[in-house]
Amino acid sequence: MSYHSFLLEPISCHAWNKDRTQIALCPNNHEVHIYKKDGNNWSKIHVLKEHNGQVTGIDWAPESNRIVTCGTDRNAYVWTLKGDVWKPTLVILRINRAARCVKWSPKENKFAVGSGSRLISVCYFEQDNDWWVCKHIKKPIRSTILCLDWHPNNILLAAGSCDFKCRIFSAYIKEVEEKPAPTAWGSKMPFGEVMFESTGTSGWVHGVCFSDSGNRVAWASHDSTVAVAEGGKTAVCASLTSETLPLLCVTFITENSLVAAGHDCYPVLFVYDSNKAAMSFGGKLDVPKQSAQKGMTARERFQNLDKKATTDSKEAVLESVHKNSISQISILNGGKAQCAKFCTTGMDGGMAIWDVKTLESAMKDLKIV
Amino acid sequence: MAKNTLSSRFRGVDIDEYDENKFVDEQDEAAEQQGPDACEVDHLIRQYPSDQWDMMTAFHIALRNPPINSKNPAVKERAQVVVLRVLTAFKSSDIEPAVKSLDKNGVDLLMKYIYRGFEKPSDNSSAILLQWHEKAFAVGGLGSIVRVLTARKSV
Repeated sequence: MSYHSFLLEPISCHAWNKDRTQIALCPNNHEVHIYKKDGNNWSKIHVLKEHNGQVTGIDWAPESNRIVTCGTDRNAYVWTLKGDVWKPTLVILRINRAARCVKWSPKENKFAVGSGSRLISVCYFEQDNDWWVCKHIKKPIRSTILCLDWHPNNILLAAGSCDFKCRIFSAYIKEVEEKPAPTAWGSKMPFGEVMFESTGTSGWVHGVCFSDSGNRVAWASHDSTVAVAEGGKTAVCASLTSETLPLLCVTFITENSLVAAGHDCYPVLFVYDSNKAAMSFGGKLDVPKQSAQKGMTARERFQNLDKKATTDSKEAVLESVHKNSISQISILNGGKAQCAKFCTTGMDGGMAIWDVKTLESAMKDLKIV
Repeated sequence: MAKNTLSSRFRGVDIDEYDENKFVDEQDEAAEQQGPDACEVDHLIRQYPSDQWDMMTAFHIALRNPPINSKNPAVKERAQVVVLRVLTAFKSSDIEPAVKSLDKNGVDLLMKYIYRGFEKPSDNSSAILLQWHEKAFAVGGLGSIVRVLTARKSV
């Protein structure tokens, strides 16, 4: 597990290229910086300046090597590498509030942008006009869309929103693809159709993720719960309330295990048992350094009692790797089926890469099914 | 200048009610949510000094049937009064086993009542509620407090 501190400011969002040698991130301003790994160091090779507002979402398409960014200036840009320079193409999203998140579809022929205008813009490239065109999904979204994830069939899109619901929409664009085959979430999928809407959890949905097969969707919401829904004739939902602060991002690492992280600054493992349709807490994934146990003198004890009304010697220093909330998790190796490495970035400006095998051996009761 | 500009009755209109973007929560049925049974709880509290287990039963009864979906503030007020009475009647040493006997949802519900009780402090209630809060926090953690803050349907 390695940790690299890029900046002092929070990293708003990040994205990796196909072979994981380059990372594009936004250092909490209007630019996107691309860093390249050489040896143990990271050097900045490109700076993408085009947005007029903070860049809130970046996604890097692995096959076509295009980057899409969206920001609070209500725009999205698609960047293509021409020689040694990244050239932007403006995409008109027709939104009147900030864009919040963006994701390429699995086949990279479209991307979806969630925004504060209570709608999702699904954009595809129109060959005749040589221009990116977008279609809106509006109903029944009542508030800002915070997070998006595509189903592997390139049609279904999961969206988590501030109206306390996680929904699965159909983003079928007849101009660029054929009719989809039926899935666990339904068979009729006209554009904008709601295939699934969550009930039961309250709180803004900060992170949403499809499993590798697309049959399960997990979401983390602001009332400190994580939930998984499995598609089928009737969708089965299982949720787990946690004793920690709310989680901000969630991803599947195998078909049954999820890793989530948030305001508590360390990643956490959850396991979903489909037979019991229940979720359980798998373990805390941080490896804290063993701090030397200092003995307390009687004087210190009385001072603690006087100041803090307790004789505990717990220091007010975070023991986790990240020193501030973790805002994004991305899978590096292995995909969502057999993830071997994943990466977290957060408000402390640092990026940590976690190795699943080492974590499994380090924590004794950890079992990743 | 023929219009009467002195009338200000229009200022009484609540413009936010007519905003088409206004967020309205889903309407769930009020159903059987009448709040806990006050008489039963009273009876059990009176027997407290002699029988500790009666207190636990009173506690569990008080936490049953929370008026979460009800829109009637009187029902909620009544429920709050009953629960507060049970909480103040407990001895300090009995608080911890009582909290341990609750499941996750029970702890969340207890936290909601505790914070509701903080809203209207009276006499000794805050001190006792703080003791309950400490024990409930040890079991429920920060998550249970976050759920009190983010709950759309409160007690």
